[in-house]
Amino acid sequence: MATTAVQTPAYAAEYPGEHNGLWAWLTTVDHKRIGILYLYTALGFFVFGGIEAVVIRIQLGAPNQHLVSAEFYNQLFTMHGTTMIFLAIMPLSAAFFNFLIPLQIGARDVAFPRLNAFSYWVYLFGGLFITIPIFFAVAPNGGWFGYAPLTTKPYSPGLNIDFWVIGLQILGISSLAAAFNFLTTIINLRAPGMSLMRMPMFTWMAFVVQVLLVLAFPVITIALVFLLFDRFFGTNFYNTVSAGADPLLWQHLFWIFGHPEVYILILPAFGLVSEVIPVSSKKPLFGYPVMVYSGILIGVLGFGVWAHHMFAVGMGPIADTFFGLATMLIAIPTGVKIFNWIATMAQGAVRYTTANLFAIALVGLFTIGGISGIMHSSPPADLQQTDTYFIVAHFHYVLFGGSIMGIFAGIYHYFPKITGRMLDEKLGLWHFWLMFIAMNLTFFPMHFSGMLGMPRRIYTYDSGQGWTAFNVMSTVGALIFPVAMLFFIYNFFKSRRSGEIAGPNPWGAGTLEWTIPSPPPEYNFAKIPTVTTRYPLWEGKEADHESARINAQTGKTPDELGIIIPYSTIKPLFVALGLVVMFCGLIWTKALIAVGAGTMIFSLYSWLLSPLEPEHH
Amino acid sequence: MATAAHTSALVHTSAPAHHHYTTLGLDSRKVAIWAFIGSECMLFVSLISTYLIYKGRSVIGPFPHETWTDPSTGQVFKPILNIPVTSASTFVLLMSSLFMVLALAAVQNKELPKRTRGERILGNSKLWLLMTALAGTTFLGFQAYEFTSFVHEGLSIRRNLFGSTFFTLTGFHGAHVTAGVLWLVTMLAIDYRRGLGSKDSLLVDICALYWHFVDVVWIAIFTLVYLIK
Repeated sequence: MATTAVQTPAYAAEYPGEHNGLWAWLTTVDHKRIGILYLYTALGFFVFGGIEAVVIRIQLGAPNQHLVSAEFYNQLFTMHGTTMIFLAIMPLSAAFFNFLIPLQIGARDVAFPRLNAFSYWVYLFGGLFITIPIFFAVAPNGGWFGYAPLTTKPYSPGLNIDFWVIGLQILGISSLAAAFNFLTTIINLRAPGMSLMRMPMFTWMAFVVQVLLVLAFPVITIALVFLLFDRFFGTNFYNTVSAGADPLLWQHLFWIFGHPEVYILILPAFGLVSEVIPVSSKKPLFGYPVMVYSGILIGVLGFGVWAHHMFAVGMGPIADTFFGLATMLIAIPTGVKIFNWIATMAQGAVRYTTANLFAIALVGLFTIGGISGIMHSSPPADLQQTDTYFIVAHFHYVLFGGSIMGIFAGIYHYFPKITGRMLDEKLGLWHFWLMFIAMNLTFFPMHFSGMLGMPRRIYTYDSGQGWTAFNVMSTVGALIFPVAMLFFIYNFFKSRRSGEIAGPNPWGAGTLEWTIPSPPPEYNFAKIPTVTTRYPLWEGKEADHESARINAQTGKTPDELGIIIPYSTIKPLFVALGLVVMFCGLIWTKALIAVGAGTMIFSLYSWLLSPLEPEHH
Repeated sequence: MATAAHTSALVHTSAPAHHHYTTLGLDSRKVAIWAFIGSECMLFVSLISTYLIYKGRSVIGPFPHETWTDPSTGQVFKPILNIPVTSASTFVLLMSSLFMVLALAAVQNKELPKRTRGERILGNSKLWLLMTALAGTTFLGFQAYEFTSFVHEGLSIRRNLFGSTFFTLTGFHGAHVTAGVLWLVTMLAIDYRRGLGSKDSLLVDICALYWHFVDVVWIAIFTLVYLIK
């Protein structure tokens, strides 16, 4: 599972001497290596969340099955959602943020390399913290949204929710630290000439996502603090029985975070396909400025639609109307993006590579999910659909058909840059088509089982409701996913070892990351490039070509070029470890709080008082 | 921190990053602290909103501004908030922002010649860092007194919605002040160890931005929780 993260990918062999081995990975502050750590760990969690989903689908494969108990089923769907959102899709996006942002803006690293390592280690430890309980059947069981008062002590007395509250709090720290880092990087480390309107679209969408993270995560932090206090210290925030608390407080706070979170999950994938489609069509992205504005608008509107998750609670006609209309408005910038991707492909020399097929799949499948989304933006329609499998179908079309397809497009497109070798196209096509069929076979029938009234989160159902056939289809589809993933995993490890050598720019792409060798040297750019256009390799002027020529050369060490590389350090790992041990103290023994806090503060001071990199001369 | 190697490290980490090109020409730490403050705004907005939503919805007293008589025991609970005392602590915290400004100015102008006694006092960064930290600590002392006296008067964090929201909101602010005091004390220790000069302005500048932010949040809390009935 996540332990794969600390194994040394073959990539490490590209660096000489001291950079090899486990220690090098534990102490790395290189954004590319941290990106690779994120990639391995998040793929591990993705597989784990997928196994949970397969168990869920087998349980629902026929009426009145008892493969798992109702209690364990609650843990399965809670952890499937929590894992996929917080431990798989967000960190897979973070893997690309890490690897690509500095390369796309012409920087040698992120603004705070050690903070970057800290974010990763907090994510890894927090992910293990929230995942391990399922092996002891005490995993969180209140849904990924953890509605209070259901999750307060009187209704959920076990340790299950404690793991969830504390685990999400830990993961929030990781996301926030990373967001400050990337936001600063994009604002402040762009190469000369890399104005905002020349930034590659992936970096633009990453920029919007960081703003969403910075503004949305504090809200869930506070919602979780209230729940934590209610559970551990007996406060009354969600005590609706004797203290007069508002049963909707959690829902409002959660969805003020939760809806921007949806865009945190999808915008990075939008960014990735906005890189893949132009390159695969040999045309610049159609309507670049409108794509930028649409991304920003989606982010802004995303903060004004949270209560469409709550139509069923009865907020009254004025609130319902407002949130319904605001939700429909989001279809406009999203539709603009869909049309612009299609217009980019139109009359282009389109190559149907695996990466591009995944990208085109996003355009189609996300549109289906988007349309069902507009259906339940209407409160009367939503009252029929809410809490049914129709909703499950909708959000799997946007999250699987959107985010995951986009991320796989990104993996196939950027694997050559990350490893220096191509992924096998033949195996890739197998992976793509199996996954595409599995995705539609699993989730399309859910529209029907949902319309026929099948509720979400039930662990079994009676025959004779008309749901059986659709559930069988969904289960068969779900069983194809593991086969597709086996193709991918085999392809991944085989190509990493013996794939075709990629060279700096195997796709003939136009942006900065393709001007440097694959895999990039640890300093990324021998010379910080000068940028005069959006696609320096396609339409660049003399300055762009000059930079690209210098940066394409391989084999130079940082010393030869006079480039200073930050020190490797174990301190961020220890600060992260101390932080997580401190939180563990809330569950086990209070002594751990002191031990964790001590470790954290000591390591933090030691980190802040030690230099990032050697002296300059 | 005690070794010579670390002392030289301090010099290094605080040196302006002149060798690194940045788009805005600003040090990245300055950009990051503003992003952090933006995030913190949302944190306090969530806390303050919850306080306001739950205002007047407590089932039992004590209440912030009204007297409450327990119907079962006949015990009378006075309005809990002590506005004169908190006004004093608010004044102390606002003064700390002034001291912080003076501390930053003293560090920025460290190398300028000081002729008069007044210039020497104004240019004493250790004095103003210490004053800021002391004012922060005084504010925390007021808060400790306030919390204990409220508990004595019957308002605990478990008592009612007011208790839960009040202690959590002001406690979070207090925790931020505590972090700020630790930060200031660290700056003071660095100043004693090797002296802060104008090249270190950025370190103090970031600390000051955080400190002023925490002050501004208190002004919002003081107005919304204490002054508005």
